[in-house]
Amino acid sequence: MTVLPFDFVPLWTVILGFGVFYYVLFDGFDLGVGILYGFAPDRAARNLIMNSIAPVWDGNETWLVLGGVGLLAAFPLAFAVILPAVYFPILVLLLALVFRGVAFEFHYRDVEHRTFWDHAFCYGSALATFAQGVVLGAFIQGFQVDGRQFSGSAFDCFTPFSLFTGLALLFGYGLVGTGWLIMKTEGDLQNWARRLGRYCFTGVLVAIVVVSLWTPLAEPYIAHRWFAWPNIGFLSPVPIITVVLAFWEWRSLNNRSEAAPFIGAIGLFLMSYFGITISLWPMIVPYKFTLWQAASAPSTQAFLLVGTLFLLPVILMYTGWSYWVFRGKVRADIGYH
Amino acid sequence: MSTTAATFSPLLLSRLQFAWVIAWHILLPAFTIGTASFIALLEGLHLVTRRDIYFRLSTFWTRIFAIAFGMGVVSGIVMPFQFGTNWSRYADATANVLSPLFAYEGIMAFFLESAFLGVLLFGRKLVPRWAHFVAALMVALGTLFSAFWILAANSWMQTPDGYVVIDGRFFPADWLRIIFNPSFPYRFAHTVVGFYVTTGFVVIGVAAYYLRRGRFAEESRVMLSMTLWLLTVLVPLQIFLGDQHGLNTLQYQPAKLAAIEAHWTTGARVPLILFAVPDQATATNRDAIEIPDLGSLILTHDPNGTVRGLKDWPRDQWPPVAIPFFAFRIMVGIGLLMLALVAASWWLRVRDRLQAVWFLRLCELASPAGFVAVIAGWTTTEVGRQPWTVYGLLRTADSVSPALTGTDVMLSLAGYVLVYLLIYPVGLTMMARVVRRGPAEAPEEPIASGRPEGPVRALPVASTEDSP
Repeated sequence: MTVLPFDFVPLWTVILGFGVFYYVLFDGFDLGVGILYGFAPDRAARNLIMNSIAPVWDGNETWLVLGGVGLLAAFPLAFAVILPAVYFPILVLLLALVFRGVAFEFHYRDVEHRTFWDHAFCYGSALATFAQGVVLGAFIQGFQVDGRQFSGSAFDCFTPFSLFTGLALLFGYGLVGTGWLIMKTEGDLQNWARRLGRYCFTGVLVAIVVVSLWTPLAEPYIAHRWFAWPNIGFLSPVPIITVVLAFWEWRSLNNRSEAAPFIGAIGLFLMSYFGITISLWPMIVPYKFTLWQAASAPSTQAFLLVGTLFLLPVILMYTGWSYWVFRGKVRADIGYH
Repeated sequence: MSTTAATFSPLLLSRLQFAWVIAWHILLPAFTIGTASFIALLEGLHLVTRRDIYFRLSTFWTRIFAIAFGMGVVSGIVMPFQFGTNWSRYADATANVLSPLFAYEGIMAFFLESAFLGVLLFGRKLVPRWAHFVAALMVALGTLFSAFWILAANSWMQTPDGYVVIDGRFFPADWLRIIFNPSFPYRFAHTVVGFYVTTGFVVIGVAAYYLRRGRFAEESRVMLSMTLWLLTVLVPLQIFLGDQHGLNTLQYQPAKLAAIEAHWTTGARVPLILFAVPDQATATNRDAIEIPDLGSLILTHDPNGTVRGLKDWPRDQWPPVAIPFFAFRIMVGIGLLMLALVAASWWLRVRDRLQAVWFLRLCELASPAGFVAVIAGWTTTEVGRQPWTVYGLLRTADSVSPALTGTDVMLSLAGYVLVYLLIYPVGLTMMARVVRRGPAEAPEEPIASGRPEGPVRALPVASTEDSP
């Protein structure tokens, strides 16, 4: 094994951190849109809602694979410990995504069973979201580890806290989903999205408050991180910015802003993401292994970095271009722009 | 271990689950890798000859490709997570060596999907003809790159090289030797040509289906004749590659080869066992039909050659014998039947009777043959690798996630079984509908989601072509 004179861990942390946030945000809004689909008033509205994410959803979902193999490649110990620990949420997530993915096509192709595929789309989106929320909650609570392996039961991950974060994520993805729909639709449908957005926002606000209180109370590690001096001074901008963003989000859901609710929701997600990162840093398997302990060999990280640094920017540019092509309001007919 | 404990052990159930999800998944690359190259070929022919028929055929196969590619993406997302959920000790031990190969597969597939698939599926009227051909070529190349990385990883598990072991975990020492490990070139060639042959038999099956019903006569004649020429090269080539791959296995995984041939005792002038019922407990074959000396001749290319039997190894290093033994014979049997069909086509072609009804019926019957052969071949090589995940170094029993219980895996396996049994028939029905409609240019019913690119969402090709 050659010893490379460079620590790749910070770079891979940034890449993976970015990848996870990208996934949460982008698949988040289209999973959210999938959940809202179930509440749509009629067939015409449902078609518009599905159209609004049809060109982009599968690109978003591919980031889940990149996140999975990225974690395996950069921090394999975390991959090996966390995945067996969240065995059932991952199973539900994968199966729900299969259903939801094929529902996009089968919904049009298999007209005899359209209602079934409608349900597959909506419940698949909701289940996938809930499962991700449970994974998040279980992750924050930490896992029972023996040596380099998870040693608890596959059902340990279902706790009151993780079920709560599962529910919370339904509101969270719902909020970004309504933000997306407000941006992509007009008229009655947009008003409908604003109304649902206000419900989701309320849920998100409750969730942020509860999680912010629950985690430091339950985990001394997290309490110490936030409330010990001088951290409390340095970190105070995080809750302050969150409060400002929350006010702004509520206002833009109630006035005529088109893009602001989506941007505000992104902001709230980003602050929550920072909050969790600050709480757990530098742990990748909370309270057991740090990023450096879980990292793969430098030669492994270097070998993968070469291709990643070349291919990732191209993928991002092309994805950006795709969104640009599909900018503007979605319409009922197929003349999309 | 008692029978019931073994039946419900998380190890066996995890193996069944992996076999289940990978067997369904592999059917899609087996078809899309061949189809992507076939489409690129048709596009190239269209570019050079300017004949409209290649354009129609390319459009037709692109429609089917889109459905299969979409299902491949959806069933592929499941795969990397299996390593974590069910095989966490394997993941921990091998990640330093194998994870970049898996990751490169993911990134490259994504790269291809985002950059060129859209142009191929929806860009026909938006880009010049040559650019469309380039997009088709890049998609074909991209699918081959995906196969390259996955088979490099699989081959490393069969014939590990370029690594060092520290504290029971593998670390990379030489990336070139890791990727181009001893069995990789053979496995890659044998698999890709196998996928091409699989697609070829689907194409002649579809052509024969139309010809027997008197539909799309011109398109079908071109498909049938052209593909039979391709198969004329590919099927014999595949048999040659299979032989070479077998010799490579003899050299690097002799115990696997002994299981494939049901050779229990080492000896010279061993027979070729055509059929037998291998009995692992007594290490004997029942009801064997053998050809004397031919086993040595094929395996060592010398009738006096010595071939090792399983008794050379401790019993706890034996793979199951019956499964690779029969799977291998199914694969080879199909290969020989394919060769017979191709040979019949030469005979008919000389007499200008390529559309004889009995031959068309045979082509239709043979259209799924490649898929069976692919599954049989995959079963041969994977079960033959047992009881190891990394050959000779890491046992399958030491690879499974330690905390899993039988109940956990039973529940997840039931979930995968139910969902796949629902999804695959529906997907197959959709593809059958596209085939029934045929390579006509009639636009489909308008579809509410207008979108220019992407895999699963890429089905309504015809409709979007009319409204860019």
